[in-house]
Amino acid sequence: MASQLNFKELQDLAGEILGVDPDQVQMDKSFQRDLAADSLDLVELIAAIEDKYDVELPDSELENMKIIADLWKFLEQKTAERLEA
Amino acid sequence: MAITTNYRTRSDAVPLRSFKAKGRPSAIAGVGVYAPDKIITNFDLEKMMDTSDKWITERTGIRRRHIAEPGTTTFELATKAARSALDAAGVSPKDLDMILVGTSSPDGPFPSVACRIQNELDAPGAVAWDTLAACTSFVYALSIADSFIATGSDGRGYAQVTAGNIEKGAYAAKDPAPFIDMVGPDVFKFAVDIFIRQATEVCQAAGVGLDEIDLWVPHQANFRIIDAAARRIGLPIERVAVNIDEFGNTSSASIPLALEEAIRKGRVKSGDHVLLAGFGSGLTWGATLMKWA
Repeated sequence: MASQLNFKELQDLAGEILGVDPDQVQMDKSFQRDLAADSLDLVELIAAIEDKYDVELPDSELENMKIIADLWKFLEQKTAERLEA
Repeated sequence: MAITTNYRTRSDAVPLRSFKAKGRPSAIAGVGVYAPDKIITNFDLEKMMDTSDKWITERTGIRRRHIAEPGTTTFELATKAARSALDAAGVSPKDLDMILVGTSSPDGPFPSVACRIQNELDAPGAVAWDTLAACTSFVYALSIADSFIATGSDGRGYAQVTAGNIEKGAYAAKDPAPFIDMVGPDVFKFAVDIFIRQATEVCQAAGVGLDEIDLWVPHQANFRIIDAAARRIGLPIERVAVNIDEFGNTSSASIPLALEEAIRKGRVKSGDHVLLAGFGSGLTWGATLMKWA
């Protein structure tokens, strides 16, 4: 449920898919530079996030996802939209 | 172990239909393949375009690929594979009831590749046609063949026309470099989804647990797709047939190439559950679970 946004949950999910320690998944970390994630890792992570949080992330948005905070902001925004709806 | 507990299928707009085999059972009597000897490695590609071995290997799992000489027809490649399959099965062309070609690249609108093979092999009793379902073609063709055998209608008696003497290469693709466009990220997501759903549905229909799959032979489009799906199905990579590193993505030929290699290397034993799973442009998809005799 997106209304129960939990950073630890995102850390675990990203850690598992990117093959890194969940503690390494911090707001300021770059997908590419810090977490060694390439474009396909991102697609896979987004797919898992779309499933888990029932959101849809257009491919055009993918390019804007540079650091974990970008992804977190997107999820927060989606959650806010849902609460307003 | 599944990564997400509340897994929602992104492709849930498309229905999956699973069937348990009925009627006269069919079996694979022999598998034969053909791949050209000429090899192009990622290092060769580095010299031809702006890419690197590291980039290709990490994103696709491909290290090299077998390349046919320019002008080679699908018919020529398929005939060599057909002869190899007949040898493996110990069957004479004269005894063939049906020739089904699964391809993404027929040599022309007609005659079919299958009819030309029929003529070349001298298999006058066989009804022959091509199945075009992009990379899913092999699984579709296998399912069609199984259906004919199941109902006892083995092709004999069908009205048919043989190819006649067609000059080799006459029907090669007009455009020497057809351009294929793909929405990569969407296909990646769809492919992982459909691999998981197919495996689940087909195993359920057959009454076989996912953990009872002894060998999964997926379409070799991209190692990352295969790996992502295998992890989410909970299938250890030791139970997955992978040879994309050697052949690249050969479209409709990838499943039989991987299956043949697995058989040759003794990875398939009597009683094993073997799951063939394809997806391709269309989009198309199909899976078949077999019990090895």
